[in-house]
Amino acid sequence: MPDLPVVLRTDHLTRSVGDRRLVDNITVEIRSGEFLAVVGSSGSGKSSFLRLLNRLDEPTAGTVLLEGVDYRQIPPCELRRKVGMVTQRAFLFPGTVHENLGFGPRQRGEELSVALAQELLTRVGLPGYLSRDVANLSGGEAQRISIARALANTPTVLLLDEPTSALDEASKIGVEDLIHSIIRERSLTCVMVTHDVAQAARMATGVMMLEGGRVIKAGSVKEVLHA
Amino acid sequence: MLNRVFTDQLQLGLGQSAAAALLAFAVVLLARGRKVHLEGEAAVALVRGLVQIIAVGSVLVVLLRGPRWTGAFLLGAMILAAGAISTKRAKGIPGSYLVSTYSIACGAGSVIAIMTWLGVIDTAITSLIPVGSMLIANAMNTNGLVLNRFHSDVLAHVGEIETALALGASPRQSIAPYIQTSFETSLIPAIDSLRSLGIVWIPGLMAGMLLSGSRPIYAAIYQFVVLTMIFAASGLTSLVSTMLIRKHVFTSADQLLLRPGFSHKLSE
Repeated sequence: MPDLPVVLRTDHLTRSVGDRRLVDNITVEIRSGEFLAVVGSSGSGKSSFLRLLNRLDEPTAGTVLLEGVDYRQIPPCELRRKVGMVTQRAFLFPGTVHENLGFGPRQRGEELSVALAQELLTRVGLPGYLSRDVANLSGGEAQRISIARALANTPTVLLLDEPTSALDEASKIGVEDLIHSIIRERSLTCVMVTHDVAQAARMATGVMMLEGGRVIKAGSVKEVLHA
Repeated sequence: MLNRVFTDQLQLGLGQSAAAALLAFAVVLLARGRKVHLEGEAAVALVRGLVQIIAVGSVLVVLLRGPRWTGAFLLGAMILAAGAISTKRAKGIPGSYLVSTYSIACGAGSVIAIMTWLGVIDTAITSLIPVGSMLIANAMNTNGLVLNRFHSDVLAHVGEIETALALGASPRQSIAPYIQTSFETSLIPAIDSLRSLGIVWIPGLMAGMLLSGSRPIYAAIYQFVVLTMIFAASGLTSLVSTMLIRKHVFTSADQLLLRPGFSHKLSE
């Protein structure tokens, strides 16, 4: 996708803790609508890389450019609204599904309308769940709500940190299909961390393979995974 | 029984201390049976408490002959010490000594100052120090409770807090539920003390007032005054502490510093 604009660019992105480099000098460009899968074994720096993109951790060197702007120039609340994140476990807040979906907009003093909330729920396959208490949801349902909650913020980039690894096989396939179709439908730029190479091959357009915090391979799915 | 063995008052006091300490150690041994090891901490706390109270008693003897303003110095020193002791309940929270000292100084210090100005607390050292120390000690306990609860709640809810941040919440919004719980929990002892006043317990100060010749009804009312001041000092300490600590657990880029196995020094 060489003609599409670069949405996210990491520039020699590095994070060290003590004398250990969790993320080591990563420079990568992610274009509009691209779905980048970050793969690697445990401890390879995948999740640390993703946390840096959302600025939940601070780079010790290098930076990230969001639509050409150094993300340190963007207020953290605004940056995180634009770069949404779905974590491995769906940490839902106590209350109803509607309250959870409206959490992001509420931080900006906006109310999520019932119509929009119902539209999001229909999109994630849970129509009629609006007034349900989140305490009564299954793992798969909770993860669908957490995806809808991230989408309620209308992000430019969506970060997914092993979004299906805590789910059973049936829920996993359902959530995977859901993510795939939403990303395509909304032309969202997406970065997904996964240890599952087959999942990366099914979902992504590009793959970056990490080892010891460094990029050891990057390119299209075919170049990296089927070479 | 002890007052028959010891005729000298000082010896009697030490004998009574030994009896109370033995009872405390019996409890420590019972706890040991349940694999809760308090031996070291309890022994140090008992010896330290005894030495400190004897030292303060000796200082009071000197201060009673000195000018009234020396009381303010002693209370200031107590606040500094309370800050240091309270900090030990907040290991792992960045800047906890400053937070504790400021909070206790604001909470207990302001209540002592206002009540002394209003004439509720007498400026005589014999009155200012015992009442002031009660307020400082209770503010210290409240501060320890609030920091301890906040610390454990944040560590147990890192996922929820970071999820809130990732959805665009400010640090203040992301930890609001844990601040509220910590505040409420820290005030339980002060509220229970007020609630049970006269029914479950009668503070020692009342006995002292009766012995010094005060009217019983005035001594009783003054206990209410003291406990209400304790509640005010504790509440204010807890409010200031939760307000200050919030700023210490996030970086300027709204990143959570308090995480399991994560040293805040490494992230800076």
